[in-house]
Amino acid sequence: MQVKPFQPRDWDSHPPLIYPEYKSTVFRAPKKPLIPLKQSLSELTGPVYGHESVASGDSDLTQCARVSADPIGERIVVAGRVIDENGKPVPNTLVEIWQANAAGRYIHVNDQHNAPLDPNFFGAGRCVTDNDGRYKFYSIKPGAYPWGNHANAWRPAHIHLSLFGPTIATRLVTQLFFPGDPLLPLDPIFCSVPAAARNRLVAAFDLSVTEAGFALGYAFDIVLRGRAETPMEG
Amino acid sequence: MSGEPITLGQTPSQTAGPFFHSALLPDRGGYAYTGLAQSEVADAAVVGQQMSFEGTIVDGQGLPMPDALVELWQADAMGRYAHPADPRSSNAAFKGFGRAATDALGHFKFQTIKPGAIGDGQAPHLTLILFMRGGQNHLFTRAYFADETAANAQDPVLASVPADRRATLIASRTETGYVFNIRAQGDGETVFFDV
Repeated sequence: MQVKPFQPRDWDSHPPLIYPEYKSTVFRAPKKPLIPLKQSLSELTGPVYGHESVASGDSDLTQCARVSADPIGERIVVAGRVIDENGKPVPNTLVEIWQANAAGRYIHVNDQHNAPLDPNFFGAGRCVTDNDGRYKFYSIKPGAYPWGNHANAWRPAHIHLSLFGPTIATRLVTQLFFPGDPLLPLDPIFCSVPAAARNRLVAAFDLSVTEAGFALGYAFDIVLRGRAETPMEG
Repeated sequence: MSGEPITLGQTPSQTAGPFFHSALLPDRGGYAYTGLAQSEVADAAVVGQQMSFEGTIVDGQGLPMPDALVELWQADAMGRYAHPADPRSSNAAFKGFGRAATDALGHFKFQTIKPGAIGDGQAPHLTLILFMRGGQNHLFTRAYFADETAANAQDPVLASVPADRRATLIASRTETGYVFNIRAQGDGETVFFDV
């Protein structure tokens, strides 16, 4: 059986491991160069989470934690395709998301931001892409929140996304941002991405994703590593 | 299909931040949301040598990281991966994937089985993926086993690592399993791979 390896991580698209403006990177990222590893079966396999692993309601963050009322905030739809570098859809892959609520507060026990929790909003969801690589979430637009990186530092509104793709070589954790956010040029996490690739993290407002009378729509396609042309040597 | 191959730019990686537990490991946080992966990778019913697999993650100042996530991917006791690319996987009723978050002391712990050799000349190993606040890109590393001396000596990945750094990839034996401490930066920095 021939299994094609994946193209390498394109380091012109990804942020550097150490980016001093983002202070947590300074002592937490390795200083020695990464050692190239030739992909073997260990890298060309990965956990399989198909449609049976998620419930349909898991992708609707406006309802999945509803206790007594709808969560507060601006309802949004986030939808798009997971594709690879070669333009091929990535079907049946798990997408997990997490985010702050409309007030900019995570449900996390360590989030000390003095903004209200929303008893009807949990802020985590998941879905599995369809045969065309499509995914869709309903949620509440997350709020900006302050953090301790520097004086008067605020994270722009964002949604965290975690994807596997076909194998662990295509693993990706990233963040989605919203168009026109004035905090984007001030955010060292966003700005750590090479300039040419930065706008790939900004979702596009899209009227065709917007649901009339219900929720604003944002389109966000995610590009994972694609297969290289040369099969792995036996 | 004809013409130029399409090449789309990879979506950039971003840090998982410190607040991933609700989505990626909700069981540990006591959240009312069922996680898809846990730190218990194999229960007692899974065929194989049961082992705990644990360690502490420290940063470049030697401080424990209380907010990191470790993902584990491994073959079963017969060296088979539960994935379609492994032609033997139809016999493996073992998923082989787990997640563990570090605690306040930077400690993580899995309960699993020792993987078998996959049969391509590599020694038995676990694949580990690290995520953390300040981790702009996830870090790939591997854990090999101290009691597999002969197999480790033949392993091509270990051979590709400078000899004086190989020890960072070897888990040592404990009473219940193995310990694998991770140093993200500094003296004794763990080897991380560009996969």
